[in-house]
Amino acid sequence: MKNQPPAVSADLTQLEKESRSATKAQLAEFWYYFSQNKGAVVGLVIFSALVVVAALAPWVAPHDPGFQFRENFLTPPFWEDGGTTSFLLGTDAVGRDILSRLIYGARFSLFIGIIVVAVSLTGGIVIGLIAGYMRGIVDTLIMRLMDIILSFPSLLLALVLVAILGPGLVNAMIAIAIVLQPHFVRLTRAAVLAERNRDYVVAARVAGAGHIRLMFKTILPNCLAPLIVQATLAFSNAILDAAALGFLGMGAQPPTPEWGTMLSEAREFILSAWWVVTFPGIAILVTVLAINLVGDGLRDALDPKLKRS
Amino acid sequence: MSGDTILKVRDLYRVYETKATMFRKAKSLTAVKGVSFDVERGTTLAVVGESGCGKSTLARMLTMIDAQSSGSIEVDGLPINIAKTGISKEMRQRVQIVFQNPYGSLNPRQKIGDVLEEPLLLNTDMPAVERRDLALQMLQKVGLQPEHYGRYPHMFSGGQRQRIAIARAIMLKPKLLVLDEPVSALDLSVQAQILNLLKDLQDEMGLTYVFISHDLSVVRYLSDKVMVMYFGEVVEYGTRDEVFNAPQHDYTKKLFAATPQADVASIRKRLALKADAA
Repeated sequence: MKNQPPAVSADLTQLEKESRSATKAQLAEFWYYFSQNKGAVVGLVIFSALVVVAALAPWVAPHDPGFQFRENFLTPPFWEDGGTTSFLLGTDAVGRDILSRLIYGARFSLFIGIIVVAVSLTGGIVIGLIAGYMRGIVDTLIMRLMDIILSFPSLLLALVLVAILGPGLVNAMIAIAIVLQPHFVRLTRAAVLAERNRDYVVAARVAGAGHIRLMFKTILPNCLAPLIVQATLAFSNAILDAAALGFLGMGAQPPTPEWGTMLSEAREFILSAWWVVTFPGIAILVTVLAINLVGDGLRDALDPKLKRS
Repeated sequence: MSGDTILKVRDLYRVYETKATMFRKAKSLTAVKGVSFDVERGTTLAVVGESGCGKSTLARMLTMIDAQSSGSIEVDGLPINIAKTGISKEMRQRVQIVFQNPYGSLNPRQKIGDVLEEPLLLNTDMPAVERRDLALQMLQKVGLQPEHYGRYPHMFSGGQRQRIAIARAIMLKPKLLVLDEPVSALDLSVQAQILNLLKDLQDEMGLTYVFISHDLSVVRYLSDKVMVMYFGEVVEYGTRDEVFNAPQHDYTKKLFAATPQADVASIRKRLALKADAA
């Protein structure tokens, strides 16, 4: 190579700055499209607040979530007759502060969401990549198996799985992850099928990339957009399903302050003490809504079909 | 230079089989039928033909993307048959390809630096610093700036992207570069720039090109030898002047006649004809 000496090596810092600003520009563009969707921003704010509250639960919560105040069974919220400001949202049938339980419950819900999404996302991506990349008999086998899982009503399947594994929060999470996984497999496979014959994949193959590199470094990053959106929806789905399992007595077991379990414990007081059921219900509703809004905004920001070029 | 053959193709076939289903019998489609040719070191062979005549299939076989059904390919004395022997790093370093569409041939999630370094990373044990220096040199060589190193493909124009694709292809200093319609997705002024770049690179690095195109003016500009393909067969093969001045086969004549003439003289002639008819 009879070319110029690397006169450029001097301004390496310049190069790195340039590279960083390219990355920054991508993030800025992402944020621009995300912030166009006002609902998504509201959802993000609510979700962030929830995360902060959950993280700081021991300092934020006014009482121990498991402590039973023997003189204050079913105290109404503070604005009702007979309510006190020391129990802002009232107490439940055994005298536990509902606000504190909700705050601690946020930890469980977020934990459930994160674990379930992590498990089903990784599993779904790996299986979907293999199916889409290999095609042929492997693809057929995997996809038919996923179709079988999808053909069950999801909550029913989760219920059966928990019945087999035994009730409990961890088993409920495993069951929900298995139920949600086929969606990720399908989505990944579809995206891989669209990408695998693109020129840049062929170019990487000509450059000598092996199967694993092609799958995970070349193709996968270009399939992530729909997966991220699906992941947020699965997050809220997981919270919802976990609450449903908890309500049916198959999820987190009492006295865990999990929202679904709280609802289940409060079932018999629906008519006499509305606050015992209403607040956990609202907590679930608001969380799921916020996450779905964020998912919506992510779709706006990541889906190339909604953008120019 | 004569006799220094770098690419030797003999009796090359590529047959696509469609599987029999309940409603259809198995069919076979021969995309490339018994193609043979030689390319000398440092020269350009242009492969011309209409869509679907097997040009791109030929390119895919030469660049080891697909295997041939039968026949032999030899690059600089190294026989290539990936169905039998697989692909070695040595084979990779000899042949590279530039694709037609610069918008599809670069990974949108990969920075240019990584695009250029990938072939080196995969095929050599070069340390990272050296790879970066080479990539930076290469950027300058194809007419880009060092600060483009850290940018993403979507920040570039079509012509710039094709420069990047060319740079990636010659990172490994291949003996043979297959250009699959490298300029047909670009507008005219950019086409000229890219063709000049290709010519300069050929002189500088002693590259051998197999240039696939359906644009005859481009072919005339760049090629030493021309091969005309029609339905998978070679119907005409000779030096550029032979083929352009005295086409033998009917199809070649038709092809040349179908080339739009945009020079002033021919436009005047056409207008005069129209005026006569009216």
